[in-house]
Amino acid sequence: MPHAAVSEAAQAHDYRALIEPARINSRLYYDPAIFQEELEKIWYKTWVYVGHTSEIPNKNDYVTKSIGPMPVLMVRDREGEVRLLLNKCPHRGNQLCAYQKGNRTSFTCPYHSWTFSNTGDLMGYALPEGYEGQSKAGLNLGKVPRIAIYRGFVFGSMAAEGISLEEHLGGAKAALDQLLDNSPTGELELTAGFLQHRTKANWKFMLENETDGYHPGFVHGSVFQVTSSGIGSLYGADSTALTRDYGNGHTEFDLRPEWRKHDKPLQWFGTTPERLPEYVKSMNAAYGEERAREIMIDGSPHVMIFPNLFIAEIQIFVLQPVAVDETIQHVTAVQFKGAPDINRRLRQQTMGSVGPAGLLLADDTEMYERNHRGAQILDPEWLVLSRGLHRERLDENGYRIAHSTDETPQRGIWRHYLNLMTEAR
Amino acid sequence: MTALAHSFADASAPDLAKLEPATLHHQVAQFLYLEARLADTHDYDGWEALWTDDAIYWVPANGDDTDPEKEMSVLYDNRSRIGVRIRQLKTGRRHTQTPRSELARVISNIEIAEVRGPEVDVRANVLIYEDNLRGDTLWAARNTYRLRMTDDGFRLVRKKICLVNNNKPIYTLSFLV
Repeated sequence: MPHAAVSEAAQAHDYRALIEPARINSRLYYDPAIFQEELEKIWYKTWVYVGHTSEIPNKNDYVTKSIGPMPVLMVRDREGEVRLLLNKCPHRGNQLCAYQKGNRTSFTCPYHSWTFSNTGDLMGYALPEGYEGQSKAGLNLGKVPRIAIYRGFVFGSMAAEGISLEEHLGGAKAALDQLLDNSPTGELELTAGFLQHRTKANWKFMLENETDGYHPGFVHGSVFQVTSSGIGSLYGADSTALTRDYGNGHTEFDLRPEWRKHDKPLQWFGTTPERLPEYVKSMNAAYGEERAREIMIDGSPHVMIFPNLFIAEIQIFVLQPVAVDETIQHVTAVQFKGAPDINRRLRQQTMGSVGPAGLLLADDTEMYERNHRGAQILDPEWLVLSRGLHRERLDENGYRIAHSTDETPQRGIWRHYLNLMTEAR
Repeated sequence: MTALAHSFADASAPDLAKLEPATLHHQVAQFLYLEARLADTHDYDGWEALWTDDAIYWVPANGDDTDPEKEMSVLYDNRSRIGVRIRQLKTGRRHTQTPRSELARVISNIEIAEVRGPEVDVRANVLIYEDNLRGDTLWAARNTYRLRMTDDGFRLVRKKICLVNNNKPIYTLSFLV
């Protein structure tokens, strides 16, 4: 009888009556029963981003990650294999590991000294004569049933069966490739640690905003005013940047049309080849001058991989819902393996712009929290996502695109959400 | 030139070690209270003027002994970025400070850690009560400061704010901490 209370609540929600193609009901953000059902039908079912292999470079490294509210130990075991273990002693349910990260071959529960190998297997318990004649079978640590790694990005799914990670990523996989093309080694090294930004708002406000090109001119107008970044124009009426719906809930803010128009390498990062000579040299050596130039013009992607991995050109965000009205934004700087000069600037710009004190994200987060408080006001109960309906079209790959300020991504997110929430179990 | 700066025989290279410990402690405390009041009252220009050109304003994350040149910090500003931060606050469109946080902070446990010529390293604990649209937040930190005696009195060279919960998720920190 799993989740009896949830199932009852679920029957009370007809999601088709809460989600229309271009408007949604406010209740979706604040109803605790809907949040519980999202855990069951999204977070503990679909592919969720957990962490990056570069965070556990050595055998026996581990780091505490999460799938939804639930903590997960991402471990590189004694054989070098990446595993996702659940941080719960199977004896009496005690939290097994209390640390964020470390290196160890086994985990010992402090409660009754049950000890587990970093493969998850029960090695032994204290005072074993008390279990005489009993088998250790079935007393291993819980595991995330499915794990899949795409070029270092580790995803987990709490469902034993379902579509493959590649199917789930679909067209958005190309955005991950675009990111990694910007590395002279084709690899990332996420070694700078994460900032954790506590946000008193529902997770879907963040999911929707990450590829909202309508807000920056207003929410971030203060930054555009006091810095000469020149990025404000990307969010204006004349911008050639695009919003894109990749399907499966993945969305993108595609700046490449603007960068290609300007045709200047590294303009996407607000700099020039002269200022990053070592990086440019290593890119030329890795890809050849012609291809390296193309990569450095296109820059890094701005893509939201449903439900929780946001690549914001130079940052990697991981969204973690912990309650209907609370979300943690984990964020770190993109770091390219073998590119120290650009990495330093990537860290500096990341620290300035995101996290709890960031010049950009503190204002986004202020909006999320006001969004959440506003959503609970009863009238009007429907919120509008109709921007750009008349100019939405398909790109050469069949994905919906529209103007940089249009709500094509948000409509795509809700289309996928509706599918997940109404899927037969 | 301030009275304290005047009290040094060679004003170009004041040696704080020549002051009575109680006098130095008192002068340091007065400066920390001034800095706290300017921050609490959002006196952005007054607060910015306290910093030297080689300033570092730092809020570490994930511990107190991290390397800010290699690891992420909540805030790691040089003098130039302090200026950008202040100019942004002054636009009136720094939404997270519009309306502004109401603040009251208490500084205590002030200890002189080290004196080197015109510079003094100081430790202090601080509690900051913040009220804003979200609600009330209590911030606790172990701070370290490096102050430098100049013709205009003490100036801030370095301020490191070690939030006691900096390894956990924290709310937006957009006031001057």
